[in-house]
Amino acid sequence: MNLHEFQAKRLFAEHGIPIPRGEVAYTPGEARRIAQDLGGKAVVKAQVLIGGRGKAGGIKVAQSPDEAEANAKAILGMHIKGFTVNKVLVDSLAPGIKQELYLAVLIDRGQRRPMIMASAAGGMDIEEVADKTPEKIHTVHIDPVLGVRSYHTTYLAKGMGLPRELWGDFNKIVSGLYECFKTNDASLTEINPLIITGEDKLMALDGKMSIDDNALSRHPQLAEMRDFEEEPPTEAEAREAGLTFIQLDGNIGCMVNGAGLAMATMDIIKLYGGEPANFLDIGGGARADQVATALKLILSDPKVEAVLFNIFGGITRGDEVARGILTALGQIDTDVPMVVRLAGTNAKEGLALLAEADMMTAATLSEAAQKAVAAKSARESGRAS
Amino acid sequence: MSILVDKNTRLLVQGITGREGTFHTNQMIAFGTNVVGGVVPGKGGQNFDGEKGPVPIFDTVRKAAEETGANATIIFVPAKFAPDAMYEAADAGLPLIVCLTEHIPVLEMISVRAYLDQRDSRLIGPNCPGLITPGEAKLGIIPGSIVKPGHVGVVSRSGTLTYEVVYALTQRGIGQSTCVGIGGDPIKGLDFIEVLELFEADPDTSEVIMIGEIGGNAEEKAAAYIAQNMTKRVTSFIAGRSAPPGRRMGHAGAIVEGKSGTAEGKIAALEAAGVQVADNPDRIVDMIA
Repeated sequence: MNLHEFQAKRLFAEHGIPIPRGEVAYTPGEARRIAQDLGGKAVVKAQVLIGGRGKAGGIKVAQSPDEAEANAKAILGMHIKGFTVNKVLVDSLAPGIKQELYLAVLIDRGQRRPMIMASAAGGMDIEEVADKTPEKIHTVHIDPVLGVRSYHTTYLAKGMGLPRELWGDFNKIVSGLYECFKTNDASLTEINPLIITGEDKLMALDGKMSIDDNALSRHPQLAEMRDFEEEPPTEAEAREAGLTFIQLDGNIGCMVNGAGLAMATMDIIKLYGGEPANFLDIGGGARADQVATALKLILSDPKVEAVLFNIFGGITRGDEVARGILTALGQIDTDVPMVVRLAGTNAKEGLALLAEADMMTAATLSEAAQKAVAAKSARESGRAS
Repeated sequence: MSILVDKNTRLLVQGITGREGTFHTNQMIAFGTNVVGGVVPGKGGQNFDGEKGPVPIFDTVRKAAEETGANATIIFVPAKFAPDAMYEAADAGLPLIVCLTEHIPVLEMISVRAYLDQRDSRLIGPNCPGLITPGEAKLGIIPGSIVKPGHVGVVSRSGTLTYEVVYALTQRGIGQSTCVGIGGDPIKGLDFIEVLELFEADPDTSEVIMIGEIGGNAEEKAAAYIAQNMTKRVTSFIAGRSAPPGRRMGHAGAIVEGKSGTAEGKIAALEAAGVQVADNPDRIVDMIA
């Protein structure tokens, strides 16, 4: 789960990291009042769960409360890469920016450890820095038993060429960011930029944070931070039902058990000339009611011209899935053609149940994909004529 | 011959009385696995009503291992208790630990793996379907009905996609030596390389199928290993060619992984290592038949 900038920075501040004063506004009037409280000058920043806000015009500096109000009016409602802005962070202006640094904690899968990454070349183009001048990125791996030690941060500070008088504060910020990462079960904590202010202090101007979804159950206060407005309603409904659903641009809906098989099914639809409308993993041991919810989600997309079910029973039982499909069809009126491929546990029983429902069946995944693509094309040309 | 599990495997089941534990213990017994005991704290002294007779339950893994001479354990407990179950099994010195549990937090797995690295135990999983040696034993949930004894080794990061490929092999009359589901979590026990190494050394495995998916760089690393060390043929499928790029937050992931992690990158790395990569899991079988 990704957090908003304002949420991430508040968590950073709890771990002793200096951040600008600021508050969240949902209306231009609120932005004006906050700017007033901050002494007039402020920066108004779109709060959306996607990068590239600055380049999209979602960050604007205001010299007065009037201007803050105008900025908020311009930014609220803006669309950034498919996300609508419905709140802004109004932050006090940093007292000058001498330098922009980069600092992050993340998990290095290969080394199986948390890793701290820092660079003196922070700011918007950090990925390009990493690509073209990797020597400007400094890293240390952290042993979970040891945690961050002062020599780790000295190594980073020295590598970055940070002025010596800032090493002490830098050490506190690195340790704080690692603690914030660890105590919140984050998969990423990132400060970009970490600035050296005109008064020669370090400050986290922006913040990003992702929480390990598997750890949310032990952090109820973080689970409450989920921004439901930022999530497509179908994806939220799927999550509630214990399904993983991602809407895509194609027109062949698919329902599969297991993420790897779901991806393979999408790949094969594409191989036979179709485009998947979604990724949908019903998981292991899905019950009939979950299957029914899943089918309703797929059919709620008006683009869908055909549906492909690919279920390889292990923990999941074919008859249970078949019952779910029949339940859903009893509740929805649809003429979208459907192709079912069931294999593994109780596949025979499932296919017997579906035989009554006039559905196409297939023995292999390739056959199922070909039938679904053909059914989609037939429906499209039927409508055209 | 086979790798990791065979007729001599003496298995403990941690969480034998739970819903999944009960069902799959009986499935494993029906397949022929020698389940010698169960572990459920507080239920020591009772018996599990197994398909082929009672299975004794113990309070601790140590006691169970001492009493039964177990040499492997499988974990069917919820995510909240699974790290403790793995620590306990490693602490008791069991050489093979299989953990099926999904949704274990990554930071927990970092600690578990660091601890296991100091012990002699091998871990498969977590979040995996387990492993199966056709005709001998299965540890986990891979359906016994879809396998057939033979000489193709299968290693996979996915669960049901593995079934798909194994089933296709069996239908064409091609048997398997051992099928290993290593699981899809970022931090886990055995990875592709360790399993490939075991298959390379196993005289009964003649060639290997490796099933990967997008994300991470385990397939790229495996490709480098194959180029250097494998004499046996490896054939592969990578799921996720059609997946849209993720909504990535921040820059850290991109900086670390660069261009690796995509299906294209993985397929290119494998092909450069001489591995044939199928564009459809059904076609893997044509490639090796």
